[in-house]
Amino acid sequence: MEPDLQSPLGGTHGEPARTEWKHPSDHWLRGFVIDNRASLGTLGVFIVMMAVFMIANPTVFTTWYLYSSVLTTLPVALFVVVPLVFVVTCGEIDLSFPATMGFASWVFALVVQAGYDPFLGIAAAIVTGTLLGFLVGSLVVYGGLSSLIATLGMNFLLRGLIQIINEGKSMALTGLADSRAYTIFSSQVWGIPVQIFWAIGFVVLSAMLYNRHRFGAQVRVVGDNPDSAQQMGIDVKRVRVKVFVFVGIGAAIAGTFSVMINFTWWPTAGDGYLLPVLASVFVGGTPTWGGIGTVVGGAIGAVTVSFIQTGVVAAGLSGFYVQFFNGLIIILSLLGHKWNQARYR
Amino acid sequence: MAERIIELRDISKSYGQVYALGGVNLSVDRGEVVGLIGDNGAGKSTLIKILSGVVKPTSGEILVRGKPVTGWSAARSRDAGIETVFQDRALAVQQTIVRNIFMGRELTSFMGWLKVGKEIEEATRLMREIGFTSKVFTPHSIVGQLSGGERQGVAIARAIYKQAELIILDEPTTALSLTETAKVFHFVRQVRASGRSILFIGHNIHHVFDIADRFVVLDRGKVALTADRSEVKSAEDLINFMENVAHPGGLAGLHDAGETEQRVR
Repeated sequence: MEPDLQSPLGGTHGEPARTEWKHPSDHWLRGFVIDNRASLGTLGVFIVMMAVFMIANPTVFTTWYLYSSVLTTLPVALFVVVPLVFVVTCGEIDLSFPATMGFASWVFALVVQAGYDPFLGIAAAIVTGTLLGFLVGSLVVYGGLSSLIATLGMNFLLRGLIQIINEGKSMALTGLADSRAYTIFSSQVWGIPVQIFWAIGFVVLSAMLYNRHRFGAQVRVVGDNPDSAQQMGIDVKRVRVKVFVFVGIGAAIAGTFSVMINFTWWPTAGDGYLLPVLASVFVGGTPTWGGIGTVVGGAIGAVTVSFIQTGVVAAGLSGFYVQFFNGLIIILSLLGHKWNQARYR
Repeated sequence: MAERIIELRDISKSYGQVYALGGVNLSVDRGEVVGLIGDNGAGKSTLIKILSGVVKPTSGEILVRGKPVTGWSAARSRDAGIETVFQDRALAVQQTIVRNIFMGRELTSFMGWLKVGKEIEEATRLMREIGFTSKVFTPHSIVGQLSGGERQGVAIARAIYKQAELIILDEPTTALSLTETAKVFHFVRQVRASGRSILFIGHNIHHVFDIADRFVVLDRGKVALTADRSEVKSAEDLINFMENVAHPGGLAGLHDAGETEQRVR
C-alpha cells in the first residue's frame, strides 16, 4: 500500500486525510477470493472429490464416455438449480419444480405428437412453465402460505393431475430425431452434447441477472430484509412471485431437454430431480436463511452432485455406496460453508 | 431569513378516542437542526410518521416551502425532499453499502441492467459528503461488518441521495456507545454543512442539546416549548423543564425550572 503522504498537520482541518476509497486488500486476487469465497469453496470440494475418485481408479476417469454421460444429464439439473438459487436467496423454497418439469414437458410432448414443429412445442412448454410458476408463486405470496408446504402440496397436486389423465402411459416421440430443434438443442458437437453449451449460457446469463441486474439486486434485498425493502419502495410481493415464475421457466426448459434426450415422455418426468437439485443449491454455497447466494456456486454444486454417482461406480465401488457419498459430500460442504462465510445480522 | 422547508400548522391526530397529537405547530428552515425531545408517548413517533407521510393527520395544515399541500402521502413527502431514517435504520445487513444506498432505486441502463460503475461513484461521493471516509471500508463492504454508528452513516447517506432537503433522524444515537455517537454527530454536522436541514429526534437530551440549533419539546401531544439555542443555557435547563412540564408556562417555565434545580426527585 502507498504511504499516506499527507501530513495530518498539513491538511486543512475538517478535511479527511484520505479522499479515495481503497479496497482492504492490496492485491486484486485477494479481493477476488473474498468476493467469491462461497463458489470457490464449492470448487474446492469438487476438486478434492474428483482427486479421491481418480486416486481410487485412475484409468476410468481418462475415458471420455464418463464425462459424456454426465454432460448429457447435468444440463437438465442446471436449468432448475440456477432459478432455485434465486428462490432460496429470496427467502423462499420451491419443491414443485419436478411436477412443473413433468407438466411442461407433457405439453411439449403433446404438441410434438400432434405433428407440430418441436419449436412450437418448446414455446408451449415455456408458456406452461411460466403460468405454473405464476400460479405457485401467487398461491404462496398472495395466499400467504408457507412456501415449503404449499409448493410440496403443488408438487403432489400437479403430478397427480398428470397421473390421473395419463394413467401411467408414456409417450414415444420417434419423429423428434430428424427435427431441426433436435439438432440445435440435443445433438452432439465434436462428441460433446450441445445441451451443455445452452446450460452454460443459461448459467452465465443468470449469474449476470443475479449480480448485475435490478432483479437480482431486489431479490437479494427482499431475502435479506423484506421490511426494509418494502420501506424503500420495492414491491416485495411482486419480486417474490417473479422468482417462482423464473423457476417455472427453468423447469419447463429442463423438462423439455430431458424429453429430447430420451425421445420419450414419461408421466414421472422430473421426479428424480427433486433431492439432487436441492442438494446442489446448498452444496453450492447458498445459505438457507436468504439474502445471499451464488449462481456459479450452485452450478458447480450441480456438477459435484452429478459426478458423485458416476464417480462412485467408476471408482470401483458398488452402487450401494452412492447414497452414502451423496450424504457425505452434502454434510462436508455445509460444514465448509459454515466456516467459510459469516452470517451478519 | 432562511427558506422554510416545511411547516405544520395545528396538526392533530387521534386514534379513535385517543389523542396522539392535539394541535401541533412545527416548522423547519433550510440548514437548521431542530431537536425534537419528548418522553415516551409524547407523540414524537406520530409526528415523524405524519412528516414522512406514512400517517395522515386527522386535522391541520401542511405547508411545503410556504405553500399548503393537499393529499399528503409518503410519495408527496419524498417529492418535497423529506427523507426519514427510521429507528431500525432499515438496512439489509448482508448486502454491500452500495446495494443499501440504492435499495429500491437502483441506477440502471437499458432493460434494468445495473450501472455498477456509476453506483460506486455516487456512493463514494455520498459517503465523502457526510465525512464517512475510512481506510477499512469501501462501497463494496458488507453493512453487517460496520459498527452501529457507521450503519447509521449508511442510512444517512441513503437519505441524502436524491437531494433530500430535510432529513428526519429518529433516535439515531439510541443504543450507541460514546464514540459511535460522536461518529453520528460528525455525519449530522457534515449534512448540515451541505445546507440541508435535520430534524433530530432523541430520548437523550444531552445528545440533542449538543447538536440542535433549536429545541422543540413535545408533551402529551402538544408542543410544550420551542426555544432557540441561545435561550437555553444548558442541557440541565431542558431536563428540568421536562420534569416540570406538568406546569405549562413556556420559557417562563424554563426559567422557573432553573430555579428549582436543587429539587430532589
